[in-house]
Parts: sequence; C-alpha cells; structure tokens
Amino acid sequence: MRRNLWRRFSSSFAAGVMYALTILALVPLGLVLWFTVTKGLPSVANLEFFLNSQRPSGIPGGGIANAIVGSAVIVALASLAAIPIGVLSGVYLAEYGAGRWANWVRLASDVLVGAPSIALGLFAYALVVVPQHHFSGTAASVALAILMLPVVIRTTESAVGLIPNGLRESGLALGLPRWRVSLQLILPAAAPGVITGALLAVARAAGETAPVLFTALGNQRLSFDPNHPMSTLPLVVFRDALTPYKDLQQEAWGAALVLVVMVLFINLGSRWVLRRQIRLARQL
Amino acid sequence: MPGSAETKLKVDSLSFFYGKTRALKDVSFEIPERRITAIIGPSGCGKTTLLRVFNRMYDLVPGARAVGTVLLDGSDIVTTTKLLDLRQKVGMVFQRPSPFPMSIRDNVAFGPRLLGWNKARINDVVRRSLENAALWEEVSDRLDEPGTSLSGGQQQRLVIARCLAVSPEVILMDEPCSALDPVATLKIEDLMVQLARDYTIVIVTHNMQQAARVSDFTAFMLMNPEGRHGELIEFAPTATLFNAPSDPRTEAYITGRFG
Ligand SMILES: Nc1ncnc2c1ncn2[C@@H]1O[C@H](COP(=O)(O)OP(=O)(O)OP(=O)(O)O)[C@@H](O)[C@H]1O
Ligand SMILES: [Mg+2]
Repeated sequence: MRRNLWRRFSSSFAAGVMYALTILALVPLGLVLWFTVTKGLPSVANLEFFLNSQRPSGIPGGGIANAIVGSAVIVALASLAAIPIGVLSGVYLAEYGAGRWANWVRLASDVLVGAPSIALGLFAYALVVVPQHHFSGTAASVALAILMLPVVIRTTESAVGLIPNGLRESGLALGLPRWRVSLQLILPAAAPGVITGALLAVARAAGETAPVLFTALGNQRLSFDPNHPMSTLPLVVFRDALTPYKDLQQEAWGAALVLVVMVLFINLGSRWVLRRQIRLARQL
Repeated sequence: MPGSAETKLKVDSLSFFYGKTRALKDVSFEIPERRITAIIGPSGCGKTTLLRVFNRMYDLVPGARAVGTVLLDGSDIVTTTKLLDLRQKVGMVFQRPSPFPMSIRDNVAFGPRLLGWNKARINDVVRRSLENAALWEEVSDRLDEPGTSLSGGQQQRLVIARCLAVSPEVILMDEPCSALDPVATLKIEDLMVQLARDYTIVIVTHNMQQAARVSDFTAFMLMNPEGRHGELIEFAPTATLFNAPSDPRTEAYITGRFG
C-alpha cells in the first residue's frame, strides 16, 4: 500500500518536473513576443509607418517602407537563385544520390548549414562588393542565397525521399525517361514538403542581419534598385537600436515587430503545408 | 482451350544474379501471344525476379544482372538499349496499386502526355483505356477527382487503365489481387480474361485457384534446395499442369503438400 503510494507520488513528481521545464522553455519565447508586441505596437498602429521611409531623429512621420521593400527585393532575388538550384540538387540527391559525388554534396551542404552567417556576408563582400566598388542589394542576395541553399537542398531531399518507391516504378514502367519521372511525377508529389523547406529558408533569410550588414549596407531612402545600397528590416533594427534617440529606438521596435510577425506567418504557413504533405504521402 | 498461338516472349537459358547471389538458373519457356500465362511457386523462388526481367525493371537494382536471352517478337530484351520503347510495349501492374497524386483523368493521360501525343488522341485514349479496364462506368462522372479517392479494387483497375493508355503489347502483373477483397479480385480476373483478347498477359500469383481459373498456361517455379536459386520446374497448359503434372514436385505443390 505504502509502496504504491510512493510510486504514484514519484510518478506525478516526475511529470510535474517535466511540465515545469517545458514551461520554462516557453518563457523566453513568450517574453520575446511580449516585449516586441508591447514595445512595437505604438509604431505599427500608425499607417504612415508602412508608407513612409526612414527620417532623421526629431522629424515626425518616419516609417520603414524602405526597409520592407529592401527586404522583399533582396530576399526575392536570393530565393530566385537558391530555390530552383536547391530543389534540383535535392531531387538529384534523393533520386540519383547513391555515389561518392552525392555524398560530397551532402557533406558540403551540411557544413554550409552550420557556417556562421557573418562569414557568408564576408564572402559576398569579397565576391561582389569589392570588385564593384560599391555596396548593393544584389551582394546581400548572394550572401542570403548561399545561406538558403543548403536548407532547400536537404528539405527537398527528405521530402522526395518520403515518396514511396511504387510511384517511381509505376512511372518508369510506363516507358517514361527517368528524369521526367523525377521532375514531373515525383517532384510534384513531394511539392508540399519542398515548399515547406523553401518557406523555412525564406523565413531564415529574411531575419538575418550579419550577411546584409556589409553587403546591402542600408539606405535611408526608398529604393527598388538592387544595384544600389538597400535597407532591410533587421538592418533598421540594428542601426536604430544603437542610436541614443528615443524616436529611432521606437522605430526599431516597430521594425522588429513587423519582422517577427512576418517570420511567424511564414513558419505557420510552412507547417500547414507540411501537414498536407504527410497526409498526401500516407495516401500514396 | 489454349489453342495454337504465336510465341510472344521466348525465354532461353535465363539466369539472374543480384550481385554474386544467383536468383534464377537456366529458365527456358515460351509465353504465347494473347494468352494468360501464370507463374506460380512458393515465396522466394524468383517469380518477381523473372517478371522484372521482361521489362528490365531490374535495371534499378544496383548489381543486378541477367544472363541469357529473352526474345520479344524475336528481339532480345536482355541486351536492348531501347529501354523506353521496351517498357512502353511491356507494361506492368504492381501488387499495391499506386495511383499518381492527381485526378483520375490525369492518371490515365499522364503517360500519353509525356509521350507528346496530341490532345484529341489523349482524350480518346483516356476514355478507351478506362472502358477497357472496366472502370469507365464507375468513374465517368468523377474524372476530376483524385485517383487516391477510389477504392482499392478501383485503384488497381485505374492502374491497369493507365498501363493500357500507352498501348502496350504485353502486361505483366505481380500479384495484382493480393491487396484486394474477393469481389474486387473477381472483377480483375474477369478483366484479365477480356484483356487477353488483345494483350499478352503474364501474371504472378500465390493463389493457385486464381491461376487455374484465369490462365491458359502455367509455369511452376521452385527454389533449388542446394543452389538456393529459382528454377522452372514445369511449364504446360494450365489444365495439364493442374490435372496431370509431369513432375512429382509440381504435384506435391498443387496438392498442398509443400511450399
Ligand atoms: N533487390 C534484391 N536484392 C537482392 N536479392 C533480392 C532482391 N530482390 C529479391 N532478391 C532475392 O531473390 C530471390 C527471389 O526473390 P523474388 O522476389 O523474385 O521471389 P518471389 O518468388 O517473387 O517471392 P514472393 O512470392 O515472396 O514475392 C529471393 O531469395 C530474394 O531474397
Ligand atoms: Mg514476388
């Protein structure tokens, strides 16, 4: 009787500890969200914040349109390069990747995932900024594309790997060439998983500061031209927060909130797509 | 019943290796045109292996190798380099139906589209293939629903329609009914008998009653106990093989005494 009681006590004690630790792990996330939302809300509540570009301290009506546009252009360019290359490489690895060469590609992309993003920024600086003698959005796109590439490659590979072999064999048995089966049958079947990976890569690229710091540099004015310096949301946060001016610090919180909400939505979107992929794969 | 028929596939001293392991040794027999030929035998005797030689599906397995000849209308399958033509001529239906993740119509049209046929011809072939696969009446009003929404038996007939759409001459079926209920199984069996008017059908089955019911010829295979490789024990018209087998091992197997 007493042993039973003791057992029940220790069991619920262990469950309680785990519960408490889980909550503890959620605390930082909750605090980050709480701070950005409460501090950023005053900026975001104002529509001008999204329509106007940055203004010097003391001049009212400043916004972050220049950074939103810069982020969008830079990340879009990076995606345009990284997603097609990454998807094709991922399909290659999953469908043909048994050999040595494929293992090198895997190793390289795993190393790249772990590479410090500031090193990628430095690389893009040396590769693009130095020869061109000026900072540019394109240079930042190059750095971000390299950052995104391994994420896209590996998620595509695992999404394609989820597709049952029966589908592949059925396609080949119709007399279709292997590459068409890979690209026109297997890849569409894996599309939701591939999209998930791409979205995660986009979210990660949008939130990076280090690779854009000395490539895009920053630009107070609205610019759509990626051949010139551009601002991005993380850059606004970084630069504004370092100033001693209250109004610019407020702007930084606003930009941070916009960034966090954007990344949150991309992440939620990718999870939703991923769930569809898993359901689809079960039916095949 | 079997009557006289031209030879469609002539298998001559065929051996097969997975790397260093031999899976088939010296298989020779002739599969007649527009007939149903069943391959029976205990698990692991190499039925699937043999079937996958006929459309060179084994090319996907690293280290797999066939030795000997298999002539399709007189030209060798084992050494051919025109794999795509071969697979278009020799279609395959697998044990588990795997509809493509797209609509019923697109499932059937997929092959023809990728082969570059024109639209009118594709529409025509979708309907004809579904009719020939005895599925048209059940799906004609829901062609745009996903193929995965069909029942298992319907899916298997969809897969057969998909295979018919690229105009094969031979259809290989590897235990096509083993995932189906008895009613769906009967439908597929009826379908096979109908299809045999136009196509040469080779079916691997574990179900001896099925072989006896539908096939015109039967090949009985067994694993050689010493060499651990599959061999052809007997090939004969189905009635002969089941009623008056010439090999005692065949008799033992069909009377259920081993295997
Ligand atoms: N991909 C492979 N690699 C190596 N060995 C294989 C492979 N596929 C089959 N084998 C071997 O070849 C032999 C014949 O296998 P096969 O699948 O042809 O038998 P089967 O008669 O179709 O059996 P079942 O009735 O269980 O389907 C078996 O010993 C099997 O282990
Ligand atoms: Mg088998």
